Parts: sequence; structure tokens; C-alpha cells
Amino acid sequence: MNGLFELLLRSVFLDNLALSFFLGMCTFLAVSKRVDTAFGVGLAMMVVQTVTVPVNNLIYNWLLAPGALDWAGLGDVDLSFLRLIAFIGVIAAMVQVLEMTLEFHVPKLHRAMGIFLPLITVNCAILGGSLFMVERSYSFGESLVFGFGSGLGWALAIVMFAAIRERLKYADIPDGLQGLGINFIVAGIISLGFMAFAGMG
Amino acid sequence: MQNNNWKILTRPLIDDNPLTLQILGICSALAVTTSLDTALLMSLVVVCVLALGSASVSLIRKFIPHTIRIIVQITIIATLVIVVDQVLQAYAFELSKRLSVFVGLIITNCIVLGRAESYAMHNGFVASTLDGIGNGLGYSLILVIVGAIREFFGKGSLLNVQILIPQSQGGSFEPLQLMLLPPSAFFIIGGIIWFIRRRRPQQVESAEFSLRQLEDSAK
Repeated sequence: MNGLFELLLRSVFLDNLALSFFLGMCTFLAVSKRVDTAFGVGLAMMVVQTVTVPVNNLIYNWLLAPGALDWAGLGDVDLSFLRLIAFIGVIAAMVQVLEMTLEFHVPKLHRAMGIFLPLITVNCAILGGSLFMVERSYSFGESLVFGFGSGLGWALAIVMFAAIRERLKYADIPDGLQGLGINFIVAGIISLGFMAFAGMG
Repeated sequence: MQNNNWKILTRPLIDDNPLTLQILGICSALAVTTSLDTALLMSLVVVCVLALGSASVSLIRKFIPHTIRIIVQITIIATLVIVVDQVLQAYAFELSKRLSVFVGLIITNCIVLGRAESYAMHNGFVASTLDGIGNGLGYSLILVIVGAIREFFGKGSLLNVQILIPQSQGGSFEPLQLMLLPPSAFFIIGGIIWFIRRRRPQQVESAEFSLRQLEDSAK
């Protein structure tokens, strides 16, 4: 139990997907102009990540990993090279299912996430989360925690970043740094802040 | 025509750089830049995937039904990336371990899909291939600069050849730990963008609000 809690803290703060692995940067920079849109995309990210990482974990451990097909009598088949394409397929399918479910059952939440759900299919943070899960060979429980934690961490990062950007609109920034340049510097400073959690482990 | 092709190839280097201007493909870029050799390898992989991806998308662009084009493009890219990943694991195992998940992440790297969608779908084979190579080189340029700066100041070496001797080995160089941590990549890219935009003022984004000169209230 303690280990899972530590993993949660690690994935939210120290191993933050956006700020220490630079995943999902395109979305991070593109939809962080306002806090409420950032909140929507962060929420969508969190939900999708919490669903896809465990699902991919099951698929990898029961179908793709070396020796995973033992239950079907195909113990020596190694399909792990298919994982990239399988994960992408799962993510796209999950996003689609999630969108339909939310639209039907929780229309309010669906409206808050708006157009961001489909956008998230090609977000590298989602695929990255699943690939990290394979690389670090998480168990099912761990991948559930990791999926939730890393999604939460990403959401936290983008909301903070958007809040700073809203204030920066009124700042007097040198010409060349205006826009993209200053955004990188700000992201760097936030990332520096998150580094402070390094001592926590 | 010759001139035009040259332009397609070189424009993405500075004038239309995918990283610093189009905001494409930053995702998988920064994490591999802690040292120059991983940055170089990553650049090579991206150039290959981009060139081949754009080329094959442009070849079959007339046969792809419009509604499913994204899926087709993703499948092409994913196949290329899987091939590259397997080749790397076979011939450069050590380096591919250090690149870890970031080779796989090229699939969702918006640079590849972005160029396929916005350029290769509308242009011929030669132009698309050149566009792919050009954008790949533009991406590589930034990656290599960042990688070189981080390795040089972080470890005092370039391509694992020790240039400055660190204090721990009796030299006079104190390695900058910050350079090996993620934040420095953000700062360096920010700096590069600043530098490029000083030289190319047409890339400067206009501010949403500007300061108004107060009418001498200070007097």
C-alpha cells in the first residue's frame, strides 16, 4: 500500500510527464492560453490516462509480451513489437468509447472537455504513459495508480502554466521572446519548481 | 525547379523551423538532449521517418479516402517507427536503451503527422520527400544545438570525449548539474527562439496587449 502511495506521489510530482519528460508538450503549449480550457484538457487527459494505461497493461501482459500467449498454447510467440500499433489502436478506441459514454451519461462533463477528447488521441503523453508502463513493468494495480497519477500531474502542470500565461499577457516582454519564447522559459521555471520534490522520495 | 526544391529543403531550417515556429514535435524532442550522441541518433531516426513517411503518404495520396486519411497516415507512420525501433534494437542496443520510449513516441510526434497532413497530402513525391527531409533537418538542428550545450556544460564533454576536466578529477571545471536536469532544456530552447527571432524579426509574435505611454504623470 505504501509503495502504491509513493508511486502516486512520484508520478504526480517528480516524474511529471509534462515537466520532466516533456510529453504532451504540443498540447501543453497550444491550449494553455486560458485557465478554463486548460482545465478541460487537463481533465480529459486525466480520465483518458486513467483508463488507457491499465487497459494497455492488460493487453500487453495477456497478448503481446514474450510468453504472454501461454494460455492459448502459444508460449513461444513474442508479439511485443506490435505494442506501438496496438496501444495507438486501444487509445483511439478508448477515446471514442469514452466520448460516447460521457456524452450520453454525463453531458455536463462532456461539454467541459469539449473538443479536447479527440485531440488527446495523438497526444504523446498518453502513448508515453503506456510505454513507460511497459518499460518499468508495472503490475495492473500499479498501472492504475500510475495512469491516474501521471494524468493528474499533467493536468496540474497545464493549469498552473495557463494561470501564469493569463497574467503574462499584461507583461512587457522583449520582442523576440514574445509568445513561444517566454512560454518555454516559464515552463522551465515551473519545471524547476517541480524538481524541488526530488528530495521527497 | 531546381531552385524551388532547394528552397523546400532549406526553408524549414531557420525560416520555418518546425520546433521554434510551427510548434510541432516538441514532445519527444527535449528529453533525449542530455547528451549529443542521443540527440544525433534521435535526429537521424526522425529524419528517416519523416522523409519516408512523407514520401509514402504523397505516393498514395490520390487513393486515400478523405474520411479515413488520418488512420492511414498513422498506420504508415507507426509501421515505419516499428521498423526503425527494431533496427535500432538490433544494431545499437545500448543507445536504443537510452532513448527508451522516445523512439516509439515518434508516432505521436506531431511533426510527422503534421507534415503528412499539411504538405504530403497535397504535393508530389519529390517535393514531399524534400519537405520531410528539410523539416527533419530543422528539428535536428535544434536538437543537436541543445544536446551539445547540455552535454558540454553538464559534463564537460562532447560525444563522450572529455574536453574540460572536472574538478573531481583534478581539473578546474565544475559541471553544471542544472544542465542535466529537464528545466535547462526549456531555457535553452527559449534562448534559441529569442536568438532566431532577433535575427528574423518577421517571426516575432505581436503582444495581445501593449503598454500605453502614460502622459508624463511622473513629472
